[in-house]
Parts: sequence; structure tokens; C-alpha cells
Amino acid sequence: MTEQTFATESSTTRTSSALMEVNSITKRFPGVLALDNVSVQFFPGEVHAVVGENGAGKSTLMKIMAGAYIPDSGEIHLEGRKISFTHPKEAQVAGISIIYQEFNLLPERTVAHNIFLGREPSKFGVVDIRQLNKRAEEMLKEIGVEKLISPTALVSTLSVAEQQLVEIAKAISFKAKVLIMDEPTAALTYTEVKLLDDLIQRLKNRGMAIIFISHRLIEVFDIAEKITVLKDGQLVKTVNKTDVTPADVVFLMVGRTLDHYYPPLGKPEDFGEVVLNVKNASNQFLKGINFELRKGEVLGIAGLQGSGRTELAQALFGVAPFKSGAIHLHGKAIAIKSPVKAIKNKMGFVTEDRKSEGLASRQPIRDNILLTVRAIQSIFGVIYKDGIGKSRKLVPMLGKQVDIRADSFDREVQFLSGGNQQKVVLAKWLASDADVFIFDEPTRGIDVESKASIHDMIRDLTRRGIAVLMISSELPEIVGMSDRILVMCDRQVAGELPAKSSEQDIMLVATGHSIKTRAENTSAAGKE
Amino acid sequence: MTTASGNELKRLHGLPVRLRSIHIPPVYYFLILVFLVGGTLDQIFADGQIFSNPAIMLNIIVRSVALGIVAVGQTLVIIGASIDLSVAYTISITAVMSSYIMQGKTANVPLAILEVFGIGLLIGLVNGLTITKLKVNPFIATLGTSLIIKGIINATFSNYTGSVPKSFEYFGYGTVGPIPVSIIILLLIVLVGWFLLSNTKFGSHLYGVGGNSEVARLSGVRTDRVLIGAHVICSMTAILAGLFLVSQMRSGAPWVGPNGVYDLNSIATTVIGGTALSGGKGGVWGTLGGVLIFGVLETVFNQLGVNPYLKTVLQGAIIVIAVASYTIRSKKEAA
Repeated sequence: MTEQTFATESSTTRTSSALMEVNSITKRFPGVLALDNVSVQFFPGEVHAVVGENGAGKSTLMKIMAGAYIPDSGEIHLEGRKISFTHPKEAQVAGISIIYQEFNLLPERTVAHNIFLGREPSKFGVVDIRQLNKRAEEMLKEIGVEKLISPTALVSTLSVAEQQLVEIAKAISFKAKVLIMDEPTAALTYTEVKLLDDLIQRLKNRGMAIIFISHRLIEVFDIAEKITVLKDGQLVKTVNKTDVTPADVVFLMVGRTLDHYYPPLGKPEDFGEVVLNVKNASNQFLKGINFELRKGEVLGIAGLQGSGRTELAQALFGVAPFKSGAIHLHGKAIAIKSPVKAIKNKMGFVTEDRKSEGLASRQPIRDNILLTVRAIQSIFGVIYKDGIGKSRKLVPMLGKQVDIRADSFDREVQFLSGGNQQKVVLAKWLASDADVFIFDEPTRGIDVESKASIHDMIRDLTRRGIAVLMISSELPEIVGMSDRILVMCDRQVAGELPAKSSEQDIMLVATGHSIKTRAENTSAAGKE
Repeated sequence: MTTASGNELKRLHGLPVRLRSIHIPPVYYFLILVFLVGGTLDQIFADGQIFSNPAIMLNIIVRSVALGIVAVGQTLVIIGASIDLSVAYTISITAVMSSYIMQGKTANVPLAILEVFGIGLLIGLVNGLTITKLKVNPFIATLGTSLIIKGIINATFSNYTGSVPKSFEYFGYGTVGPIPVSIIILLLIVLVGWFLLSNTKFGSHLYGVGGNSEVARLSGVRTDRVLIGAHVICSMTAILAGLFLVSQMRSGAPWVGPNGVYDLNSIATTVIGGTALSGGKGGVWGTLGGVLIFGVLETVFNQLGVNPYLKTVLQGAIIVIAVASYTIRSKKEAA
């Protein structure tokens, strides 16, 4: 409390006590003014969230502070001294550490090598590997994950969440005074986020300035003391958390109020016959999976990291197929042994990892959308092309339907924002006429506005009779979107909960507590 | 994809880390296979005379020395996600220049060596700088260097030029006890390469640059310097290979590099050895295995008097089979 009042005073009167400040930073990229005269102050022992829509300039600002970009104009001060970086190493030496949005680890190297890349303990250029591993272990201990992660493990053998923890260990190993995190929790589950929160508190108490970018406003309000809002490369405002509500912040971000985050749930009459029926299905990652999916409903799949959520999606879509059990699609028993089979059976899979699994990022929007259509065509057939046959109508129609914002459908998708990329993925599956959609983390790393429109679109799909299976690690999303909720734990379905179940109930089931009877009672009651 | 597989793997292979970290590169299984097949052919067609003759066995390695040396350099460059197509003509220019300067006189040896290493430094720097500063694709940059060197030596020398003194032949023909000096040199180079990669900052940074250059840069690695360094070292190994060859041939000729196909063969053996062409993964022990496979094929086929083109067919098949098997393996691990 006192800390906050102190911060408020100093931000208005005593600028000299800021640990780090950026003054009138401007950065232009070809065709875009990424940052326009932005000034922010960061104080020691304070957690400062930077929020804004995708393309607001958050990441650019962070990269400038970390020395990865050089600003066109403006000044950076650290502890009252003017600094300018030409290389990230200089920022690190000065005490500024950063965790980037994209994973920044070398999969084929060990955890220890990754943590100390560029700073290996060495004599005459020879690395002291014992010392390296020892120091890495210390860093892992410092963030409390030494039992989870071995310093000599190859990063490629770690889960996404574990890799994230390695990144954090790496960032704090710089003896940083300022720690910048670009969406640190995007890939983390509830418990892991808690772990990170504790960690941030500890680092804060040591007098570090913590700066983080997040799309999860709940989290921002949980952790941060100050919130800086950017929009279109300009500073909107820096506010104290205590002075505002999440709705205020959303208003500052998008320039309008988003009165509802989630579209209304489906009504009983919306749900049709069972489209997908999975009975006692297992493979090397999953055991005894049972569930039904109805036409017109959103079935939410919740569960902690490693509970088998993603594996379930991959099994259904034939990426890592089920080896036993029975799957009925539209009442017909089928075995989905490959993605092509799944696509032919009109299933769509919107993957968690857009970049590596969902999009051909160097190809234009048009070709990405037509990918599935072409995939199930005969090899010797003439592919759908610009201006020939269906595609001229198909691409603009789908593009309009999912509201892709781009100057042309010939724009390479790598240049689109995360939200727009996700819409391209969606259009791709709509193009294939899929009637069962699997979404794996549909809104991970996407700004608030695009998030809402993607949620609307998912609901819109169900209204057209499409059955949706939605995997998410964000409980509010599960609760807000699902007509029924399957909770996974330890590679099996631990329970089924009705719509609007509380986050606590979901967490209980997900952590292996048996409230099965209650769940069954309520769901039975719901069916009557 | 890998989300749960990490945990799965840990559960499946509960091996102690130390044990896993000294795993044998899979290329050695291929080497054993090639040995067995070669041995069988030997039994059938030559009554086992080849494999029972220690001199021939030793010769397998001696024949591999030049390729082995340059392949170590190539491995470094490829780990850095680059490539060097100029090694063959670097070998040629070394052979002709050193032989030309020595003119059969021992007194000229130091000058010749100094000169060729100077050339090596220059070639490595040009390659490295073109790739890192001018951002030219490594394939094109080193192909360009290669053509430039080719033009220069073909315009200047037509065939054997000068000669090396008797003393210098020690490099190619000398022995320490029963072991040829050349083998010791090859082993030394491999050891140095291994040490560089696994125990030095340079090696660690090189894996970083090859694995993900941006990650390395953002971690504070001076990526350009590391890659330039790798190219200089690679050119230096080509120079060493050239010196070794000229000491065996007693006189340098401009065709020595391209005739040995050292550019493509060094890349092939590196890849057979398990180093990823995309960079960031691999090592020199694997490469040595690849070089020995080529050596065994060469020797067995020569001794059996088989059409040498068949050997090339086999080499080609082995490259494809080896690399395909690695891809399948790593897919299995990831699944």
C-alpha cells in the first residue's frame, strides 16, 4: 500500500527515483510507426504491466529497452544515467533482462547451456562444465523448480511449460535489476501461473523492477501495481491499479467498452444428435477416453498442462491416433489414422501452435485458406487457383466471414497480427466444410478484441450446426464458452461438469480430487 | 507436439543422464555394417586377404586423413548452419602454392606454411564476412569464393608445380613406431574439433548460432564473430589437408582438390555423421565415422578391383539411407 502511494507521488513529482525510464521513444519500421513519442517510468520493487492490443507497440518497446532494437529517437535512463544499447549484451550487462514472447531456447542443447548461453563460466575460453551445471542448478533452485528440471536435460525433451521456466531461470540469472517479460504466462497453466506469481513477488521484494506484457487482464490486476496502456504505438496512459477497474483498462486499450467477453451459451434446443462418440479409446498418451459430442454444442476440455488435453485433440485428428477403443462419427464407426482421413471426414483442427502447425507463414492468405481444400483433392486434379472456379468466390467470402483484416488476400500471413492469423486458420477449416471443429487454445497470445471476435465466431459455428471441441488452459474461457466441460487429469477424463461450473470445481477435478459423484449428479440433472 | 512427450521420455528412458550424454553416434552402426558387408565380400572374392592384412586396414585410415581433416572443419561450419563449398579449391591452392614456394628446399618450408595459412585466413575471412556482413547465402558465398580460387590457380598453374623437400614428406609418409604420422594428425584434429565444440565458449556459441541465430544474438552472443571464426577454422583445416596431400604427392597440382571431391564429400560425411544441415546439432565424432565409412568403401572396392563408379553409387545410397534413418529416429523420439 505504502509502496503504491510512494510510486504515485514519485511518478508525478520526483522523476529521479525511477529505476529505469524511457523518454520520447520513437521507432519506425518500413511502413509502420511502431512507437510514437512514448515515455514511461519504471520503479524499483514495482510490478508494471504493459497492455495494449496486438500491434500497439508493446513488444517493440520492450525490445528497445533490452537493446534488441535501436530507437530512432528518444532516450533511455537507467538509475539516472543515460544509456544507449547497440547490442542486447550491453543491456544485459547493465542489468536489464528480458524473456521474449517466442520461445528463445535451443532445443538441442542442455538446460544449463541454454541458461548460460553467451556467459558460460570459463577459463581461457574453456567452459567449466561442472561449474556450468552447478550454477544452472542454483538458478533452477532459486525459482523452485530444481526437482522438475535437470540442468543436463536437453531442452527438446521438456514440455512447453518447463521450457518457459527455463527461460525465466535464464532471465533472472543475469542478476537483473529490471526484468522484462513478454507474455510470460501465455503457455502456462493455473498452477504454473501461481508459481510464477510467487516468483515475481520474491523478485519484486528484492527491489527489482518487473515489467510484463500480458493479455490476461485478470492476471494483470493480480500481479501488477502499475499499468501502462499503449495503443497504435502511442502511450495512452499509465495508471495505478487501485485507481482503475479492468473495464476501464479495456476501454483505454480498445477505445471502447467491451460489455461482454463471451457470447451467450447454447440453449438445449440448439443441441442436435451425437456427432462424435468416443468409447474407451486409448493410445500411448491417453487411457480409456469416453465422451460424446453433440451437434451445435461447445464441449470445453479443461485440465492442467500434461493432463492429456492436447494429446486428445491429436488423437482425434489422427496426428497420434488412438490405438484401441471405438470412435463413431455421425453414427459410423471410423478409425482416424491420419490427418488426411480426419479432413476427409470433415473434421477441422485449429492447433495451439499457429506458427508451426497451423499456417504456412510465408505463403499468402489465399493459399493458406485453400490448403485444406487442396489437400483432399485428387493429386492430379487442377488445384483451385486465383480466378478459376470456386476460389475467387471462396477466399473473399471466407475472409469476410471471419473478418480477416488485411489489405489483400495475397499478403503473406507472417505479416499479420496473431488475431488475424488465427482467423486465417479458421477460414482454412471453414473452406473444407468441416462440421466437427477442434480448437486447441484458440485465443492464446491474442489481444482482447480479437479474442472476443474469435469467441463470437466459435459460437457462430455452433449455430450453424457445427460441433466444437475446445481445449483451453484459461479457465474463464472454458467457463465462458462451454456448454459442457470435460476435465482431464492424468491422461484420462476425470469428470464432466455442466455449463457455468465454477473455476474452483474445475480445478478440483483437474487436480485429481474426486467430485465425480457431484458432477454426475449435476450433469444428470442438467439433461432432464 | 512435444508437450507431454518430455515427461513420457523421462519415464521411458530412466537412464542416468551421464550415461545418455556419452551415447555413440548412430553412424558407427553403419560403419560396423559396412565393415561386415565389406568383410563378407572380402571372404567371398579375395579369401579374406583384405581384412586380415593390417597394412591395408591402416591404409583405410591413411586414405581418409585428408578428407577427415577437412570434414572436421566442415562439421564446425555446418553446426553453425553455414556451409563451405570452397574447401576443394582451398586444398588445391595450398598444394600448388606450398609446393611452388618450397621448390624442394627444406629452408623454404616455414615460409610456405606461413604463406598458405595466410591464404587460409584470407579465404576464411572472405567467406565469413560475405556471409555475416553482406548476408549472402552461405551456399552462394562459398561457391563464389570457390570459383574465384579456381580461376586464379587454373590461370597460373597447369599441372605439377615445384616440389616438396624430403623432410616435408614426413607429414605424409612418416611413422611413429608402427603408427603413421598422418593418423596421429587426423586424431589430433578430431580431438581439437571435439574439444572446441564441447568444451569451449566458441563451441557453445556456435551451437547457439546454428540452432537459432536470433536466440544466440539476444543472449549476448556475438554471432557474426562466431560464424566468421568457424569459417576461418574450416579454411584452416582445408589448408592442413592441402599440406598433407602435397607431402604425399611430393608436388602440388591444381586438380588435387576437385579430384578428391573434398567439398561435397566433406559435406556428405558430416551429414552421414549425424550433423544437421540446418545447424545446431551434431559433432566431429560422427563425422569421423562418416569419413571411415567412405574409407572402408574406397579400400575394399579398390582391393577387389570393382568398377569405381559402383563405389560412388554405394556412397550415394549410404548418404540417403543414413540421413533417412536419423529423421525417422528423431520423429520417433518426438512422438
